[in-house]
Amino acid sequence: MSALPEGAVGTLVLVGIILLVHESWRWAGLVLARDLTTESALFRWVQLVATALVAGLVARLVVFPAGALEAVDLTLRLAGVAVGIAIFLVTGRNLLLGVFVGSAVVLVPAFL
Amino acid sequence: MTGKDGASETGTPAGEAGPFDHAPVADPDLTKPDAPAPPAWVGPATGRRTSFVRGLAVAMSAPGWVLFATSLGFGALARDSGLSIEMSLLLTAALYALPAQVVFVDQLARDAGLFAAAIAVMLTAIRLLPMTVSMVPFFRGDPGPGLLKIVAVHFVAITSWLEGQRRLPLLPPRLRLAHFIGIGSGMIAVTLLGTTLGFYAAASVPVSVSAALLLATPIYFLLSLIGVAREVGDSLAIALGLLAGPALFVVVPGLDLLATGVICGTIAFLIERRRKVRP
Repeated sequence: MSALPEGAVGTLVLVGIILLVHESWRWAGLVLARDLTTESALFRWVQLVATALVAGLVARLVVFPAGALEAVDLTLRLAGVAVGIAIFLVTGRNLLLGVFVGSAVVLVPAFL
Repeated sequence: MTGKDGASETGTPAGEAGPFDHAPVADPDLTKPDAPAPPAWVGPATGRRTSFVRGLAVAMSAPGWVLFATSLGFGALARDSGLSIEMSLLLTAALYALPAQVVFVDQLARDAGLFAAAIAVMLTAIRLLPMTVSMVPFFRGDPGPGLLKIVAVHFVAITSWLEGQRRLPLLPPRLRLAHFIGIGSGMIAVTLLGTTLGFYAAASVPVSVSAALLLATPIYFLLSLIGVAREVGDSLAIALGLLAGPALFVVVPGLDLLATGVICGTIAFLIERRRKVRP
């Protein structure tokens, strides 16, 4: 942990760095969107860029997972996602049920 | 009272009679033919404070639970990497973006140095730019001080962005900023709670259960995207993003999310426009 300064000074340095490199993207978004309305074509484009970006992250998290999920077979991971979507649509878009049942699919081998 | 719509968020269609049921407000934004009804708690007299409290309650519905599960994982990771509980909570509150938190902790654990850690965190944060730009225009009708927007954009992270995209268009413009700050505050409280619990209880979770918890996050993201999708562009952006995401992760790791977003989002945008021009 030598990279992280200790104590109150270390904390201040850390927060300063975070604000600089991380929060500045949020502030930049605030400035750039100043004159944008929800009806404009530019807003729609950015909205679709953000949507595709989150979808890309979903696929990455499932196909190239980290931690304990890595040990689960890809077929089982994809099955979990498919079951989640199916439950979501069948139950009239019940988010909690879709997420719960879908992710529980990876527990199935533990009971076999 | 605030927890009541937690249940209706997930299943029941909006517009059911609730404790604050009133006639829908005559707002130009809400009278579009394809606009779904605003939630039942919205009335002509509904104030920004109510909107904020209703936003807080969102943290008690499905997205709050998923976020709690992922925060458990982060708390465990932070502890394994040798961070103190104070530092773990500080990172959670200051970054409020799980990918950045994980990358930062990972870099520190590998003794990569503060500079390398900062660069890695900066790369993960680029995605916040399009997310913020597509959130801020919803705040235009807020009558309060502009400084509140700086608070609001701190809460731009995937979970609150998804909930914001889903809920804010249904609200009258004057209530949107307060609602989003409510959503963000509730979610940040949930992540702090989850981080703390994960930090102290991590070792007692079986591996199969942590695998299920890890899968909950992408499933929640995907179902929320499907739930928000209304036009052809949305569906296209989701489908293309799903296909291109892993491929671009192999080709341009680090910039894969941004590349996926720009490429697939632009294609979806162009196809949607073309369809609108020639119906």
